[in-house]
Order: sequence, then C-alpha cells, then structure tokens
Amino acid sequence: MTVDDEEVRHVASLARIDLDEAEIERFTEQFGDILEYFEALDDVPEVESEADLTNVMRPDEVEDGLSQEEALRNAPETEDGYFKGPNVS
Amino acid sequence: MSHNAFITEETIEGDGSGPLDGRTVAIKDNISTAGVRTTCGSETLADYVPPYDATVVERLTDAGATIVGKTNMDEFGMGTTTETSAFGPTENPAAEGRVPGGSSGGSAAAVAAGEADLALGSDTGGSVRCPAAFCGVVGIKPTYGLVSRYGLVAYANSLEQIGPLAPTVEDAAELLEVIAGPDPNDATTRAPPDGIETDYPGAADGDVEGLTIGVPTELLDGAEEGVRAVFDESLEELEAAGATVEEVSLPSVETAVQAYYVIAMSEASSNLARFDGVRYGASGDEQGGNWNDSFAAAREAGFGEEVKRRVLLGTYALSAGYHDKYYKQAQDARAWVKQDFEEAFESVDVVASPTMPVPPFEIGESLDDPLQMYLADANTVPVNLANLPAISVPAGETDAGPVGIQFVGPAFGEATIIRAGSALA
Repeated sequence: MTVDDEEVRHVASLARIDLDEAEIERFTEQFGDILEYFEALDDVPEVESEADLTNVMRPDEVEDGLSQEEALRNAPETEDGYFKGPNVS
Repeated sequence: MSHNAFITEETIEGDGSGPLDGRTVAIKDNISTAGVRTTCGSETLADYVPPYDATVVERLTDAGATIVGKTNMDEFGMGTTTETSAFGPTENPAAEGRVPGGSSGGSAAAVAAGEADLALGSDTGGSVRCPAAFCGVVGIKPTYGLVSRYGLVAYANSLEQIGPLAPTVEDAAELLEVIAGPDPNDATTRAPPDGIETDYPGAADGDVEGLTIGVPTELLDGAEEGVRAVFDESLEELEAAGATVEEVSLPSVETAVQAYYVIAMSEASSNLARFDGVRYGASGDEQGGNWNDSFAAAREAGFGEEVKRRVLLGTYALSAGYHDKYYKQAQDARAWVKQDFEEAFESVDVVASPTMPVPPFEIGESLDDPLQMYLADANTVPVNLANLPAISVPAGETDAGPVGIQFVGPAFGEATIIRAGSALA
C-alpha cells in the first residue's frame, strides 16, 4: 500500500486540518505503513452477529439545560448572546 | 518529587457522605469538572472550563470523596505513554526514567506515588489497564454500559468506559461500586442483569478455589521473556490457591489491533470535528478568512501530531471508496472477537494474559514509530472490541519495571475478575 503526498493533502482538507510540509512528508510515509498493516482485515471471516441492542426511550419533557451565559462562556468570541464565527463562504 | 502527574491541582470538596469519606481521588483530565479546567491534554482546550460535572464526578463527591486534581494524559486519550500530552510527559514513580503508560498515565502515577488514594481514568483500548500495569497499581475497565460516560470528552464512544485505578483490588472495587449504574444522561448505560453479583468490594475475597482460568496462546506469543516469566509465576500462585489453568484459543485477536485502530480513528475523526475554535477551544485567528480556512488553521495549531494522524487516518478510512474496505471489515473483525470470547466463556470463568506484552518504555523511546506503538496494545484492545470487563493487577517486576496480569470476564462479570485479581493483590 503506497500513499502519495497528494492523498495526504486531500484527506487533510477533508478533515479541515492544515499541515506543514514536514508533517505531510512524515504522514505520507507513515500512512503507507499503517494502511498496509490494516490490509490484514481482508482475511477476516464473515461472522453472524446479532446486535444485543434495545431502544432506550424516555418521556419528552422540558428540563433545565445550560443557560445562554454558560453555553457561551468558553467561546473565543461572542456578540449579542451568539457565538461569533468566521464568514461562511 | 514531582512526576508531573497533574495538569491542574485544585481541590473539589465532597458535598456528601458515604463509602469514600476521607478518600482523595485524582480525575483524568478528559472527565468534566464544573468550574475546573479540563484540557484533555490538548493545547486546544488549555483554557476550557466545563459548565457542568460528569456524572462520575457527582457520584464521587456525593459519596464523600475529595477531588485533588486533574491528571495528565495522552492528548484526547490517543497514546500508550502519556507523552503525547501538550503538558509534558509524566514520569513513572515505579520505574525511574520510564513512561507511566497511557493514556491515563497521570492517574496511575498519582496513585503509585501516593499523591491520591484513588483515581479515575478512561479506557478506550487499554488506557486504564496499561498505566496500571506499568505503574504497579490496579486498574479496571468496566463492561461497556456499566459506567456513565456523560461528561467524558469523547474519543471513540463505542469503545470507551471510565474506570478506577487504586493500590489494591479492594480499593478499586469500592470506587467502581460508587461510579457504576445507569444514568439518564447516558443512554448507553445499562443495569447488570438480574441475579448477577454486584457487591464488588465483597467480591475481593481472594477465593479462587474452583475458578477456571483460560490462557489464550495468541496473547502470549508476542510477550517479552521477562514479562512471560512473571505471568507464569502468577498463574502458579493461582493454581496453588485452587484455580485451574487451561489453554483457550482466540484466533480473532490476530486482527484485533487493526480493527481497533480503524474503528477508534474513524470515531475520533467524527468526534473531534467539534473542535472548531468557535464554541470552545483556541480560535483560528484568521481575520476576514472564511470558515473552512479558519477551522483548518485552528486545528493545525491546537492539535498535536498523534491527534492529527488519527483524525486524518479516520477520515481516510471513512472516505468515499474506502468505507467498505476499512470500516466495514473492522466491524466484522469486531464481531469475530466478541464471538471468540463468548465461546471461550463456555468453558472458562476468566481469560488471563499479560496486560502489556512489554515492560514500561523509556521516556522518548517510542515517539518516532507510531505503528510500533499501536502493536503494544495487542492484549488490551480485544476487550474493548468485545465490550467486556477486565482488570489489571500487579504481578511482579522485571529489571525495566512492573508487570501486570489481566483477567477478562464475561459481560457484567466484574465480580468474577475482581475475585480472581484479589488473590494476587
């Protein structure tokens, strides 16, 4: 399994993480090794699995939540009681 | 002597009275504490102060415990050494110059150094059991759903549980009893089935007469010689106390590390999308830039290298054209591990192995080769894939430091693994 630097750049853009050139170089080499190791999953047999799951329900009742002030407290920037983010283009 | 076990040392007094009266507890820094910063070992959350307590924190203070601080950890739980923390490495109090294991390394070190009576960690692929083994203390990874994850900052939700660390099995069992039980704020919590033993401290009676211990050869093959010798001595001790040891086979564990990393990285890539530098976390500081540029700049600056590596690989594994190849096959491998353990528990009461195939690494030894580091998790990740409970108990030492023995039980079989472990510590 080989990975080229273009693939690393593409996946970094999907994940919204900027990388510097040194990181791209290291990740390109490491991802090749790690993805090759993952190839062993091709040999896993099919297993009949019955999920041991049940739905968890509760009445839909209004409860106290965080106040607006509490919810905004950790935001780097706020304006008029809202989170302030960069432009959405 | 400071081992850098804590990121934040701040006292939260207990407001109730109960089984933990007078006991001090250290809390891993990915478990939310109202009004006390919770960094997850990450630069991006260096100033984050949660507005609410995790359920486990409320249960501790209700039970009379005093919280003494927030412990160091691999960033977002992603590591096996506590060296990926943005707040510097923690030194192993039981092995000078070596790592305490991870990712709950600060919690294990705090207990080993006597800086707290007890501690909480979280275990996604071994993050309670590995540091317990490396620091010579006891650690329990509960059955998935026994302990509430409300207020635990998510890394890989389908795998992780909060668990206790303590000097003895009985102490760990007491802490588990306080934090266990359903929580309306975590819909994945469940009550143990009716009739199953849930008096965990009472199960720490050391009585292994008639207990059948299965040992999977697959989990011994990779163990270092010194670790293997200590493990064998512990088995002999258990046999002398009346237990029976027999071989079992778990062929599925050969692909457990691969399955674990594909699933954990995929879940991480989704969970960590919330760190956008707008609602919390360091901002991207891109004046006039657009959302995506600002988001990407915030994450470049705020995340360390191991976190970037896992988020990127998880994004890759879930991306168009690769989902079936990686994620779907990893789910098949997970179902296979579950089935293997179920078959093993038809003939044995617990499954035993060395917790870690190696003794503690030297500080700095392992940072350069991520794949080599992932392989060290071979004996711990199958338990998370199968949603089972496991305990790591001190078994002895090699020249390089402490060795732990791991007992795995059937779902909600905490009492059985506590009993087995209490015969040793």
